[in-house]
Amino acid sequence: MPAPIRLRELIRTIRTARTQAEEREMIQKECAAIRSSFREEDNTYRCRNVAKLLYMHMLGYPAHFGQLECLKLIASQKFTDKRIGYLGAMLLLDERQDVHLLMTNCIKNDLNHSTQYVQGLALCTLGCMGSSEMCRDLAGEVEKLLKTSNSYLRKKAALCAVHVIRKVPELMEMFLPATKNLLSEKNHGVLHTSVVLLTEMCERSPDMLAHFRKLVPQLVRILKNLIMSGYSPEHDVSGISDPFLQVRILRLLRILGKNDDDSSEAMNDILAQVATNTETSKNVGNAILYETVLTIMDIKSESGLRVLAINILGRFLLNNDKNIRYVALTSLLKTVQTDHNAVQRHRSTIVDCLKDLDVSIKRRAMELSFALVNGNNIRGMMKELLYFLDSCDPEFKADCASGVFLAAEKYAPSKRWHIDTIMRVLTTAGSYVRDDSVPNLIQLITNSVEMHAYTVQRLYKALLDDISQQPLVQVASWCIGEYGDLLVSGQCEEEEPIQVTEDEVLDVLEGLLVSNLSTPVTRGYSLTAIMKLSTRFSSVNRIKKVVSIYGSSIDVELQQRAVEYNALFKKYDHMRPALLERMPIMEKTASNGPTEIVQTNGETEPSTVEAKHPPPVTQPTNQANDLLDLLGGNDVVPVIQTTIPTKPVSAGGELLDLLGDLSLSGGPAPAPAPSVPTSQPPFLLDGLTSQPLFNDIAAAGIPSMTAYNKNGLKIDFTFERANPNPNIAVITIHATNSTEAEMTDFVFQAAVPKTFQLQLLSPSSNVVPALNQGTVTQVIRVLNPQKQQLRMRIKLTYTHKGSAVQDLAEVNNFPPQSWQ
Amino acid sequence: MIKAILIFNNHGKPRLSKFYEHYNEDTEQQIIRETFHLVSKRDENVCNFLEGGLLIGGLDYKLIYRHYATLYFVFCVDSSESELGILDLIQVFVETLDKCFENVCELDLIFHVDKVHHILAEMVMGGMVLETNMNEIITQVDAQNKMEKSETFIFQSTRQDR
Repeated sequence: MPAPIRLRELIRTIRTARTQAEEREMIQKECAAIRSSFREEDNTYRCRNVAKLLYMHMLGYPAHFGQLECLKLIASQKFTDKRIGYLGAMLLLDERQDVHLLMTNCIKNDLNHSTQYVQGLALCTLGCMGSSEMCRDLAGEVEKLLKTSNSYLRKKAALCAVHVIRKVPELMEMFLPATKNLLSEKNHGVLHTSVVLLTEMCERSPDMLAHFRKLVPQLVRILKNLIMSGYSPEHDVSGISDPFLQVRILRLLRILGKNDDDSSEAMNDILAQVATNTETSKNVGNAILYETVLTIMDIKSESGLRVLAINILGRFLLNNDKNIRYVALTSLLKTVQTDHNAVQRHRSTIVDCLKDLDVSIKRRAMELSFALVNGNNIRGMMKELLYFLDSCDPEFKADCASGVFLAAEKYAPSKRWHIDTIMRVLTTAGSYVRDDSVPNLIQLITNSVEMHAYTVQRLYKALLDDISQQPLVQVASWCIGEYGDLLVSGQCEEEEPIQVTEDEVLDVLEGLLVSNLSTPVTRGYSLTAIMKLSTRFSSVNRIKKVVSIYGSSIDVELQQRAVEYNALFKKYDHMRPALLERMPIMEKTASNGPTEIVQTNGETEPSTVEAKHPPPVTQPTNQANDLLDLLGGNDVVPVIQTTIPTKPVSAGGELLDLLGDLSLSGGPAPAPAPSVPTSQPPFLLDGLTSQPLFNDIAAAGIPSMTAYNKNGLKIDFTFERANPNPNIAVITIHATNSTEAEMTDFVFQAAVPKTFQLQLLSPSSNVVPALNQGTVTQVIRVLNPQKQQLRMRIKLTYTHKGSAVQDLAEVNNFPPQSWQ
Repeated sequence: MIKAILIFNNHGKPRLSKFYEHYNEDTEQQIIRETFHLVSKRDENVCNFLEGGLLIGGLDYKLIYRHYATLYFVFCVDSSESELGILDLIQVFVETLDKCFENVCELDLIFHVDKVHHILAEMVMGGMVLETNMNEIITQVDAQNKMEKSETFIFQSTRQDR
């Protein structure tokens, strides 16, 4: 068999191939030759063959059959063989093949070899691809080498130790003694890798971190020497002495100084020195400065230093070098949370970066701009951001649109501005907005009552221009459906009203239904909108026709809607107005933040719990109405009793007096500004009856208490926890009468702070027998979702010995278990 | 940590590929192709940092690259490495290659891939920077090459220089 060709020959041959197929053919031929050569177990040429195999592997061809050959090479005595063998092992093998374990013994022997380069090879391979089993076996050898005086081996052993720790974290303690005098080395290579090792240990274990804090002075000294040492030819990179080591030390100082005042103080001077003395004309200087800035921001540095750091970043922003600007934007993004004001000073520069040609810089600048938006600069910033949205690449549009929505929600100076902004986003980047922005926008529009006419007008005009952007079309058709009457009546305060007839509006909506551009969802929206207009417009016949046409639509959703609407026209026409009336103000869900509710509270009706369906029980609601009319301040909400008691309505009035000054909300006593809810009252029952009535299972022994004991009337509370809802406490009152006359017409009333909800079930009787011969029991259910301390005011009325008695009391001594 | 070091030419042909994390062969080739795709689109005067493609870890990892003549040197790193520092490292690497090969050009890298691997092994080990002093690296590499050469004299048959 002729001698296998040299690697060089192979490469030359492959390069002459003109097509991929030709190359593949050559490689296959060579692979076959190599395979037969391996079978012959030829030691001389194995090295050459594996080298060729590695080359082919790099080009993308399978080379796994060479794995065992690599192992054989590693076991050979020759350095040349070992070198290629280890390289092959690193490239071809990894811990997923069981074959790699065979290397362990070889590596162990080589770690103890007489030649340092062989030891180096072994360390290198172990550090690159050692699996956890290998690491466990060989950690001892590595640790030994960590203590050797040979700097070449020591630095390799340090990095190998890092790899071992990453694979088998439990072995970290093993390396601890060896680290003792790592930092006193003179050799920069060893210093560098030692710092890496220490960094890794500190990042993994807080104990190690605390242990290594004492090294801070030493690190500071090393750094100082580096800066002050002047020119040293062997470590010089563009005029700075070993910048890599400086950067590494700064990073370790950052980790050690975080959240620790003493270490941070020890570092302050050196950080200031580095920050002011480093040359910034070349990239190396900037690399060190950047690391210094990051360290200053992370540790507990003094404020002067922080300002210096942000100013350095500001200078970076003005640098011509794109890399520096990118790096500055990244770090400003990290610091904007903590040092918001300082970063605000550079706002104009950051906004300029939005116009940069570089995609990476644009993205960073966009993120940073959103972070800098606040109530003061919202108008200016939004102008810039909307301009950016117009002109940016599609990959940015979705993120930018979401960011604009969020910022507008939080800081909108006025409703009209908010709606204008959202409209602008929808018209420019309408197809990129997120799915949930459509319902959010609808909610916003609903809640801004006075803007309805303006909004629907603008949306209508936008629809006339362009019906391709689905979110815009959906919102517009919904609005037209709701407020179409405002549109045709031509009233609009904000801008010049347009003259639109009903037919024109219906034309537009029908156009949406038939257009190819509309998605099924959009079609659904427009059909519903047309239906809603049947109660607001007069041309009902046209609408009936449209609806009946779609009763046979291919789209199942449309068909279902159309059929149901048709039925509404035919059989349930009397219900149509009620069903299709204007939507009330919706309560905002928690995920969108509470600010909207605050706004609407001041401007329109108070955001009470709304229920669209008619109230189920009439009489209690009348009482509730009366109570609330006089209540004014919304601190305490009175209880609505489920039964229809015989108590006079005037009792309610007196109840209110006592409730008026009960300020349980914790803040200053609110002036009872009567924002009288003349619309639907809160349906506490709705809230409570929606929860199933549980079987009262006795809870884990909540002690009972005496709530009231006066004039012979004693009222005890006993508690139970209603499983499975732990927020409901079930209190049973037991009223006993120790006097010799009975108490008749006994009525128990209770009131709780606003955060609770209360439900009184009917009492066992209205008569409390004398001389403790019996008790009147009544069940109270308290819903306490916020787990606040339970407090209650009770009012008792009864007739005793012919005279009416009335009493009030406050119950504060609830045991903690009842409300926790 | 450095996840991968790739060198490829202007047409995407790989000249060196070293991965410090385990991927299977197909994935490795895909990563090379994807990286080439991302890097070749870049203009000349934009910054040297890119978000990583989806295969190599997505948005957590950055590609830091430098374009020298016909070759792209790409380091894929995670957030624990300083971006500007890696740029300097690439520079030191190329200067070292220059010293070792005497005015290095693409052909040198093509025909001496294994030597380039050995030089790289003296600089980066297990994804972490080992040595950045150019002279030190060159000394070590020279000593090891000498060892190899001394061995080949023992075998009078064909010289093993590849």
